[in-house]
This record gives sequence, structure tokens and C-alpha cells, in this order.
Amino acid sequence: MNRWLIPLLLLALLLLSAISLLAGTIWLSPAETLAALLNPGPDLIELAITEVRLPRLVLALLVGGILGLSGAVLQGLLRNPLAEPGLLGVSSGASLGAVIALYYGFAAGFTLATPLFALLGALSTISIALLLSRSGGTLSLILAGVAVSTIASAGVSLALNLAPNPFAAYEIMTWLMGSLSDRSWEHVALAAPFILLGGLLLLLTAPALDALTLGERQAESLGVDLGRTRLLALFGTALGVGAATAVTGAIVFVGLVAPHLVRPLVRHQPGAVLVPAGLVGAIIVLAADIATRLLRVGPEIKLGVFISVIGAPFFLWLVLHLRKTSP
Amino acid sequence: MIRLREVRVERGGKPVLQGVNAGFGAGRLTVVVGPNGAGKSTLLDVAAGLLKPSAGRVELDGADISSLSLKELARRRAYLPQSPRVDWAISVERVVALGLTSRLPAFGALPAVWRPRIDSALERLDLLHLRERPATQLSGGELARVMLARATVGEPEILIVDEPTAGLDPRHALDAGRRLRALADAGCTVVVALHDLDLALRIADEAVAMKDGHVAAEGPAEDIFTDDVMAALYDVPARVRRDSDGASIRFLG
Repeated sequence: MNRWLIPLLLLALLLLSAISLLAGTIWLSPAETLAALLNPGPDLIELAITEVRLPRLVLALLVGGILGLSGAVLQGLLRNPLAEPGLLGVSSGASLGAVIALYYGFAAGFTLATPLFALLGALSTISIALLLSRSGGTLSLILAGVAVSTIASAGVSLALNLAPNPFAAYEIMTWLMGSLSDRSWEHVALAAPFILLGGLLLLLTAPALDALTLGERQAESLGVDLGRTRLLALFGTALGVGAATAVTGAIVFVGLVAPHLVRPLVRHQPGAVLVPAGLVGAIIVLAADIATRLLRVGPEIKLGVFISVIGAPFFLWLVLHLRKTSP
Repeated sequence: MIRLREVRVERGGKPVLQGVNAGFGAGRLTVVVGPNGAGKSTLLDVAAGLLKPSAGRVELDGADISSLSLKELARRRAYLPQSPRVDWAISVERVVALGLTSRLPAFGALPAVWRPRIDSALERLDLLHLRERPATQLSGGELARVMLARATVGEPEILIVDEPTAGLDPRHALDAGRRLRALADAGCTVVVALHDLDLALRIADEAVAMKDGHVAAEGPAEDIFTDDVMAALYDVPARVRRDSDGASIRFLG
């Protein structure tokens, strides 16, 4: 199983990617799509492929991948099966940044203002959480993250409450729901460098996560630099998930769920969970994005909402399941 | 050989170790004994190089232990904390392989050259039949053996163990004691904090008696496990009895 896991996940991802390019309000044939990809031109179908569906596909892969990867790293680092990027305030920090950009109208003047502010928000919250928990251990990091996250969420609520007009409130709400529609290559160019750099930092934690299975004390005695591991994991998450949230809005549950789906398949080894969890994260986001495009019953269902609706029951199952298996 | 010189450790401004001098020699099994809160675990952490003393120094074969890199130190000394646990359901074999963390490449599978080491560690501790079992599904005695295999798979020069027999029944406690004794006999420096004084009497070459953050007494085990030293250490009248079954300590409260 182990040897085939990654190739199988890649195959699934490839199939979904193909469907993602073909599917939508206008269904395209594989021949048309291939021709558009190989020989991009100015006609409508070709533009739909290269300027609409392709950037959307690339973003879905990057965002899903980094969410799954960072969830796996945080669960390993905190040795807590319920850890996910949102726990440390990355998502709510990014949301607050984006809301500030929308609220004060920066977004109206400059399209990329929202993602840039969101990225800044994510980096600030994680830095504050890290500073607050500098002298403590894992638990104080979680508590600091929850506290900072709560403050950021309060800021978002306040902005909604004080919104100058219904349109501003609507815009904020829509952004918070998380979506991949109307995203362009500009968004990809903004997010990709941060997501790739964040992903690299996160992957470097793999050997330390394995040793952390035995607890922090034993991991340290085995030569693991805990401070370095924590910095890699947190800044990798802040950069990667911050940039992802910045361009798509809040997408929850992927980081929580993806590691759990692959863990039994890699025999629970925390370092080996990382890459497959990233692939499964990408599969979830891509599949959900395709589903939101095809399920048209009235207004568009936002990606973030769709994943929450599917993810919440899974979360419930997870809590019940963990209660049964944990000592 | 580990030597602590005038070591002082503070926690929250209060001293938990003060003016501690102690030495742990190669091929010797040293037990660290003393009442709760005496500073035994802190002493072990300092000796393992995991806790930096606020004053004094710790030497490993004459060199300051803080001058060694984390990896270098991990290759030379193994450390087992009190009540170790495994947080994910990884296999016993994987847990043992983690003992080689400092020697493995950062990525990829376990290199074939280390397989025989892992096999022999599993065999030495009678774990071959458990190698595929998730480490979260072991009994206390089995987990203690797995942890000992994890600690010794890299064949360290120094083994530091905090309360290896906590929660073990007499048979498994004796078994753990025998295995530590065998390691010392093979040339390893073994330092063990123990509450089980009868077991300490049975396996120790040397003893360090700790009280209130000080070394109350240090020396060959037979000089430390005496009525007077034990009574002063635990503030309870004590009798050390030696007969044909071995030695035991009785406290007369």
C-alpha cells in the first residue's frame, strides 16, 4: 500500500485536474481543451481555458496542498489530532487583514490589496502567538493561538457590525465564505511564491515530527532542535496558509481532515503523512470546486461553505471515533 | 565519564539544584535516590545536557557538554524520561528506529545498514514477536522494554534513565533492572533515578543521594545504603538488612 499511495493520489489528482478544465457552465471536449492549452489564442474557448479555468485549477492545487500539508505538520508538532491551521490564528488573522482592506476601501482602488492585507494579517497573528508563547511549551502555543485568533475574529465581527453600507458588509461576507471563482493569474502570481516557500519550510520538519512521537523531552534527547522545528512549522504555515487564505478566503476543515484520511495508510508515521496529506488536501479542494461549479441549484454555493457543510459531519465522526480509540 | 562541577539550576528564581558535584564513570551503574522533589530528575536532565545549568559546568570526557552539537550528543548518550509514551500508533520497530534519529538521513526510508542494529535491539529485549504491533497497544512492561530498546539501539556510551520501573510489577521491574545492569557490565555509563530502593541496592555500583537540591551523600553503593544515611535522607528511621536473599531496606515509621 505504502509504495502505491503517492502514485495513486497523483493519478486521482491528474484525473480531477482534467475534469476541472472540461467542466463548467460550458462543457468543453478534451480535444478543444488540449488545442487551447497547446496553442493559446484569442478566441473565447481558448481564453476560458487559459485565463479562467487554468489559473483556478492551479490555485485549487496550491491552496488544497498547503492546507493539507500544514494540517499534517501542526498535528504532528502539537501531537494533537484536532490541530489545524485555523487553531493558531492564521485563518482569522488573514480574514481580519482582508476585512480591513475591504472595509477601508483599499480593495476598490487596487485588486490585490485584499490578498496583500490578508497575508500581512496572517503573519502578524502568528508572530504575536509565537511571541506570547516564547517561554512556554506546546500548550501555551495553542492557548496563545486561540487567544489571538479570537481577537482577530472579534475584529471581523466589529467590521461587519460597523460596515458603512450593506454593500461593504456583503462584500466582506462573500470574501469570508471562501471561493475560487474569478481568480486570475495575478492571484496565482501573488500566492504561489509564498505557498511554495511555506510548503518547503513545512516539509523540512518531517524527521523532527517522527521523533516528536515520543514527546518533546525524548525528541530533544534524540538531537531534534525543537525551537527550529517550531519556527519552521509556524512560519511555513503563516506564509503558506496565509497566502492561500489571502487569495481564496477562509477554507476550513481541509487541514483538519486530510491528515486523518491518510494516516492509517502510512502506518501513522507523522513525517510520512506530510506529502500524501498535501495531495489529499489538493484532491478535496479540487473536487469541491468542481462540485460547486456543477451543482447549480439557485445561487452559486461558495467553496468554503461547501467544504464546511461536508466537513462538519466528518469532524463529528472524528470526535466520536477518537473518543473510542484514545486511551 | 560525566562530571558535574558546582552545578546550580534555578526555576522561577528559586534554586532547585545547588553546588552539585557528581561523577558517573564508564562501566558503572549509578543510582540517584532521594525523596520527592529532591532534584533527581533535574540532576538527570542536566547530566543529559538537556537543561543548561545557571552556574557550574557539565563535562563529558573532560569537554564542556554545551560545546557538543545536539546531534553529536544524541549519538553518544541516550535518555529516557519518566513514564515515556508514544503519541501515534506507529509500530514497535519504528519506535526502536527513532533511537537512530541523529544518524539517519533527513528524508527517505531506513537505510539497510541499520537494519541489523534494529533487529538485534529487538532480539535483545525479546520484542521480535511485537515488531509490527502499534506502540499504543502495549502493556506497561512491553512499553518499558520497547523504550529501552529505543534507547540502546544506537549503542550509546551513556544511558540516563529516569524512574524506569514506575508502574511496573515486580517481575518487570526486576527484568528492567537486570537489563540496565547488563548494559553497565558491557561498558556503558548508566545513570538511573530510582524510588525502588531494594532494586537500587540490587543493581547499583555507586549511589548519589539527593536532598533539597543538594548532594547529601555520594559514593559506592554499600556506603550510601546504610541505616544512618537512609534515615537522614528520608527523615524516617531505616534498617538495611542483608541476608542470603540479598539486601533490603525497611523504614520504621
